[in-house]
Amino acid sequence: MNIVFDYPAFDKLHEYFHTIERADVDRALFSTRPGLKDLAALLSPAAEECLPAMARRSAEITEQRFGRVIQLYAPLYLSSVCCNRCSYCGFSVDNQIERRVLSLDEAEAEAFILNERGFSHILLVSGEAPKVMGVDFFESLALRLKDKFASLSIEVQPLTTAEYARLFKAGITSVAVYQETYDRQIYEQVHLSGRKCDQQYRLATPARAASAGMREVGIGALLGLADWRAEGLALGLHLAWLRKQFWRTAFTVSFPRIRPAEGGFAALQPVSEKNLSQMIFALRIFDPDVGLLLSTREEPRYRDGMIGLGSTRYSAGSCTAPGGYLDPDSAGEQFAVGDHRSLDQVCSAIRARGFEPVRKDWDSMFQQHAA
Amino acid sequence: MLTIAGHKFSSRLFGGTGKFSSSEIMKKALDASGCEMITVALRRVNLNDPGDDIMSIIDRKRYLLLPNTSGARDADEAIRLARFARASGGGDWLKLEVTPDPRTLLPDPVETLRATEVLVKEGFIVLPYMNADPILALRLQDVGAAAVMPLGSPIGTNQGILTRFQIEIIIEQARVPVVVDAGLGAPSHAALAMEMGADAVLVNTAIAVAGDPVIMAQAFAKAVEAGRMAYESGLGRQQRESMASSPQSGLEFLD
Amino acid sequence: MEIICNSEPRQVAEGISLEKYILDLDLNPNTVVAEYNGQIVRREDYADYIMEEGAILELIRFVGGG
Repeated sequence: MNIVFDYPAFDKLHEYFHTIERADVDRALFSTRPGLKDLAALLSPAAEECLPAMARRSAEITEQRFGRVIQLYAPLYLSSVCCNRCSYCGFSVDNQIERRVLSLDEAEAEAFILNERGFSHILLVSGEAPKVMGVDFFESLALRLKDKFASLSIEVQPLTTAEYARLFKAGITSVAVYQETYDRQIYEQVHLSGRKCDQQYRLATPARAASAGMREVGIGALLGLADWRAEGLALGLHLAWLRKQFWRTAFTVSFPRIRPAEGGFAALQPVSEKNLSQMIFALRIFDPDVGLLLSTREEPRYRDGMIGLGSTRYSAGSCTAPGGYLDPDSAGEQFAVGDHRSLDQVCSAIRARGFEPVRKDWDSMFQQHAA
Repeated sequence: MLTIAGHKFSSRLFGGTGKFSSSEIMKKALDASGCEMITVALRRVNLNDPGDDIMSIIDRKRYLLLPNTSGARDADEAIRLARFARASGGGDWLKLEVTPDPRTLLPDPVETLRATEVLVKEGFIVLPYMNADPILALRLQDVGAAAVMPLGSPIGTNQGILTRFQIEIIIEQARVPVVVDAGLGAPSHAALAMEMGADAVLVNTAIAVAGDPVIMAQAFAKAVEAGRMAYESGLGRQQRESMASSPQSGLEFLD
Repeated sequence: MEIICNSEPRQVAEGISLEKYILDLDLNPNTVVAEYNGQIVRREDYADYIMEEGAILELIRFVGGG
């Protein structure tokens, strides 16, 4: 499929917010089929005073669509070697951190630890350094792990459609690839060198993963780089476009907020918890079916408070340094985690709120016969 | 403006040419409807009583012809009819109908999908008549349908839009125009389809068998226009409850 | 000689062209499509298309429909 997602420049996206009044927000809240204008209304400054109403509406939609459950996953960092120079990231090539590349056996051992802890959804993460860690490695690892896990997601360098198809066959069920920012100028500003500088290639990656047959594709933006309202609108546009083109694929959206990382990068445009919440509620109301992720970047207080309000998936017990599950003293993490609780502790917190923590909802063994 | 396969239409009402009491009334009714595309069927010539030739009545400069494959019971029959239609000078446009059940005339989804795939490859602009099944609509788009034509209710029943929920999903997901076809028995049905966001409607029986088909054609034209205007002006949002402003309840955990 | 036209046996003159036959039926060759022994005949070939004994001919045209 030769189709390309395009979206307006950020200053054009900003224009959406100028004309919005309280009445637009009220209408958007209860619209049966919300459109882009509704999403803009929900992301607008005018909607800030409606945050409690947005939370209720978002919670209601989420419960109706997903039930009272939160799905749990853990990231598994495979390699911290990266050829990109990105000003916000702890793995950036210039940073003097201890780099580590797991061997297949080490990666498998890490995965088994997560499995023993009760995880059946894991996210395999790697810096972008194809010569150090490429498709062959991911494929071999997937073949080793697929029978132990209900789903295997990857968050690695952008790959080609054929490579994604190969990984799908090997048992990878989903792909996460975040644009980081949809603001084209800021994208250029923060991506200093490396293959990641190619915005268009990265932007087209979710479509490649979907057309390769992946069950699920995750998109997202790193909050704190650009204006979050316009970012939310661009995310909504991207999501709606992907849905139209790839109706067989499920989609998720992630909202990582910039955390302290090696290199001392501070958010260019800080995003508060209120802002983040507004964005999550807005996306939920805009798209009732999308999976929304809330990672351990956020603190326990916030994560517990948000249970049931819109997010459907939480990471737990995460370590962002390769080898960190076997050796908790491993150095060289990608970012500092905000929620250090174990999986069991997070599960207890979820249950305490009247929700069921779910560790498994699909078996990748079913896809082995796929073409 | 409505565009199907690159062709622009200023009217969102498509007309049919069946069941009129006379050619004269058909001509006047089509004229009054303002439609720019009309369906025709293919039949064997009755050698003993050839009757009027519809092609001598229709102004081809004014109306784009949309030959249908009515009568086809499977994909092969539909494909054969399509080739006849093209050979008859009907152009490349095709309303694909595959209706194996003579009682309900409901379309066969499996054969329709198969025929669409073949005919698109042969260069036809295929508008498949289909049951209002959202997944089928997507599958038809995947193989190249230029528009999809879900039914409101079975052909000729005048029951209006009984498939509302499914048609709403089809419209929401569509990458091509959605033309609601069949079962639209009154202008209000057509208006509802347009308010829901359908791109066009196709009406035949309700106009052809009306007491005054010419006036009824005008009524449908107005209904289609009104429904479209309502849709474009932002209707379709039903407020389920009113918004009560409330204190920061439930969000005290935010810093 | 005899041909089968639209499933009916019909007597026609030896060596008659498709175009002449269609005209004799009071039909317009420009709006009738002919299938001769299973093959659609191109309209521009009607005049030179000589029918043979036992041929199976289908004559089809547009009619009103929805």
